[in-house]
Amino acid sequence: MTAYIIRRLLYAVPIALGVSIVCFALVYIAPGDPLQTLLPEDASAETIAMVRKAYGFDKPIPVQYLIWLGKVVTGDFGMSIATGRPVLGEIVKALGNTVLLAAGAVLIAFTLAFILGTIAGYRVGTPTDRAVTGFAVIGVSVPNYWLGIVLIIIFAVELNVLPATGMGPRGSDTFNLFDWNHFRYLLMPMVTLSLIPIGIIARTTRSAVAEVLNQDFVETLRAKGLMEWEILLHVLKNALPQVLAVMGLQFGYLMGGSILVETIFTWPGSGFLLNKAILTRDLPVLQGTILVLAIIFVATNLVIDLLQTAVDPRLKRG
Amino acid sequence: MKTLKRLAAAVSVTAGMAMAAQAANAESVLRVAMTAGDIPITIGQPDQGFEGYRFVGYNLYDTLVLWDLSQGETAADIKPGLATSWDIDPKDNKRWLIKLREGVKWHDGCDFVPEDVVWNFERISKEDAPQFNVKQFADIRNRTGNIDRVEVLGAHDIAIVTKEPDALFPYQLSYWFMISKCRLTELNNDYEAYAKAPSGTGPYKFASVVPQERLELVKNESYWDPNRIPKHDRLVLIPMPEATTRAAALLSGEVDFIEAPSPDTIPRLESSGMTIVTAPYPHNWSYQLNFVDGNFKHKEVRQAANYALNRPEIKALLNGYMVEGYTNVPPSTPYHGKPSVKYEYDPAKATELLKSVNCYPCKITLAISTSGSGQMQPLPMNELVKSQLDAAGFDTELKVMDWNALLDVGRPGREKNPEIDGINISRALQDPFSALIRHVYTKQHAPKGSNWGHYSNPAVDALIDEIYLSFDPKVRMEKLTKLHEMMVEDAAMLWVAHDVNPRAIAPNVKGFVQAQSWFQDLTPIVVE
Repeated sequence: MTAYIIRRLLYAVPIALGVSIVCFALVYIAPGDPLQTLLPEDASAETIAMVRKAYGFDKPIPVQYLIWLGKVVTGDFGMSIATGRPVLGEIVKALGNTVLLAAGAVLIAFTLAFILGTIAGYRVGTPTDRAVTGFAVIGVSVPNYWLGIVLIIIFAVELNVLPATGMGPRGSDTFNLFDWNHFRYLLMPMVTLSLIPIGIIARTTRSAVAEVLNQDFVETLRAKGLMEWEILLHVLKNALPQVLAVMGLQFGYLMGGSILVETIFTWPGSGFLLNKAILTRDLPVLQGTILVLAIIFVATNLVIDLLQTAVDPRLKRG
Repeated sequence: MKTLKRLAAAVSVTAGMAMAAQAANAESVLRVAMTAGDIPITIGQPDQGFEGYRFVGYNLYDTLVLWDLSQGETAADIKPGLATSWDIDPKDNKRWLIKLREGVKWHDGCDFVPEDVVWNFERISKEDAPQFNVKQFADIRNRTGNIDRVEVLGAHDIAIVTKEPDALFPYQLSYWFMISKCRLTELNNDYEAYAKAPSGTGPYKFASVVPQERLELVKNESYWDPNRIPKHDRLVLIPMPEATTRAAALLSGEVDFIEAPSPDTIPRLESSGMTIVTAPYPHNWSYQLNFVDGNFKHKEVRQAANYALNRPEIKALLNGYMVEGYTNVPPSTPYHGKPSVKYEYDPAKATELLKSVNCYPCKITLAISTSGSGQMQPLPMNELVKSQLDAAGFDTELKVMDWNALLDVGRPGREKNPEIDGINISRALQDPFSALIRHVYTKQHAPKGSNWGHYSNPAVDALIDEIYLSFDPKVRMEKLTKLHEMMVEDAAMLWVAHDVNPRAIAPNVKGFVQAQSWFQDLTPIVVE
């Protein structure tokens, strides 16, 4: 197992490199110029040339990439072109905020979806199943930015019980999860963000449970006279690897932050940061954020693989 | 019983006094939701376009020449700032003699002295100066590129020598913010540290900043202009790029003042008691045209496009929140003049003009963006413009791209994108150079300047040369008026709209006067 983990970690290096190369290339292929945010609309050609040189954009693209990579391996992600602030600090802060949001959404989504999916899978074809499936379809189909706006209208504008935007009351520099005055800022974005994973995971759990229930060993268990809850435990254990794989993917997506949800609630997470960086072609921020998110995604998948193996030894890798 | 009543009265009086004292001590806070996605940088020249200038630049800092934003009846013009007067040297038309305001102090307590202006000039021009900052250089270079040197003449006098004579030079000074030499030197010229402890001479002092979340400023009790000492204690600036979110934040009481509510949320805001303020301002939603490669090189085609537009219909699309753009500057601009043509909706005339130059249907390609600073509602507006142009005989193709990509098309000029006949980049018309000269002067051909489509007209160039040498304001105004009239008659652009910049304000916020400017003065606002 240790060898497997080391091998997977080593695999992550070329993946991260590949992601960074593709990302670097894509940003250059896309129309636009990172210097647009720096320069006034009628900057002269001489000014543009000087700034291009100062930021190193006058060098060939492969050279720019290698310089950037050389700094990144020493932990220097450079400075944001738009704000002049260190990129690493920006990423760490934004990711911290997204982790808060994603963890909350994961907690809601995984718990609710797993329970609902299990009930539906256990009662296929019944009104309960149809109700859960309907809810899951709504979860997948309703755009989360729409739900966010509806929640804001109900709870912030009409009822005035929750704040519409931001991540803490005025005067607070840090977020305190255990203080209601802070936590209330998290509620609506967290619920909004959990909607899609609820739908996806509930549907996966339902089909996995229903599929396992049709297998012969369940009949055997019943013939042996096991209680229904004991049978359920066996079924869930067999359905879990499939569900875990989907949960892992969803967790990875949530960690990437939701551009739409974070923008609507003005939640300064990685999605908000990425959106800003894309619009302004802030290359150092864009590169750094995507690299870090890719590493998180790879790490999440590794953890899920290991969990799957622990749950179902048949999946054990050599 | 009597004692009880006395006791009750005493308690009530004490409670009343306590409440009054609390009310007197309560800090009045103005919370503003900006359209920006982040806090504008605080190191002098702000980013985030003119919104950064509006909320951070002119609040933390002063310029030598300021804008008079005290009224909304006419277009804002310049007024004395850190300079109390500026005159051209009678012996040298490239040398401006400037008298500096006495008794001004930086927020850090140092005195404002003439050497500060020299130091600030080096900060944005001298590459080997320790205070030089390339980002600041880039941001202000188009305004200060004509400055040759700054000389100290006395305790309160300086001279600014320009490379070329420029009668409009004082306008350029209105964009150049002065930052504290004391503070930056104390921080070893570290701009990252300075951004967290900036020091200016403006009506607000820096209090705190949480990047991406909020910037807090407090009133400068000892501001040099007593009329502009803020009438509230604290100003909180919050970036909120999503228009729906800004409206919701105002309705739920989280902010008091929002920028640019979308037209469809305005009825809801009004029904909740919010005040909507609007005013025409020097903004131009138009198309700069390609005068060399495509069909717009013919004056008849340019005029046809202008006649083909039904601007009242476009205004209805925006629920009335625009001024019809028949000319380059809004009619309230002092140098608007009386152009001999007015491009009122006349599709038959447009068709006739197209046929007169054998361009029917007349193929054109317009580069537009999906969003962007000052772009209003670019997609529905452009769709409507296209349908109106096509109805008159054009065959219009819209080339849609994101804002940054459109800027990248706009900056290098028509030579790099000869297949594009027009670009829809909204322009600020804050001063005569920005409003008129840069779009039609041959010396401003892109990429050197912002004459994107390479408009060239010897008569126009000669007039602009005269403007630069007209130091008498009355003579200069006559020439600027003539220039504008010539631009309109020659259909130097396809004009569509001037924004009215709606803002929504909570009922407890009083005293705001919307100036006809990109910049606004928040200091008179009282938060009840």
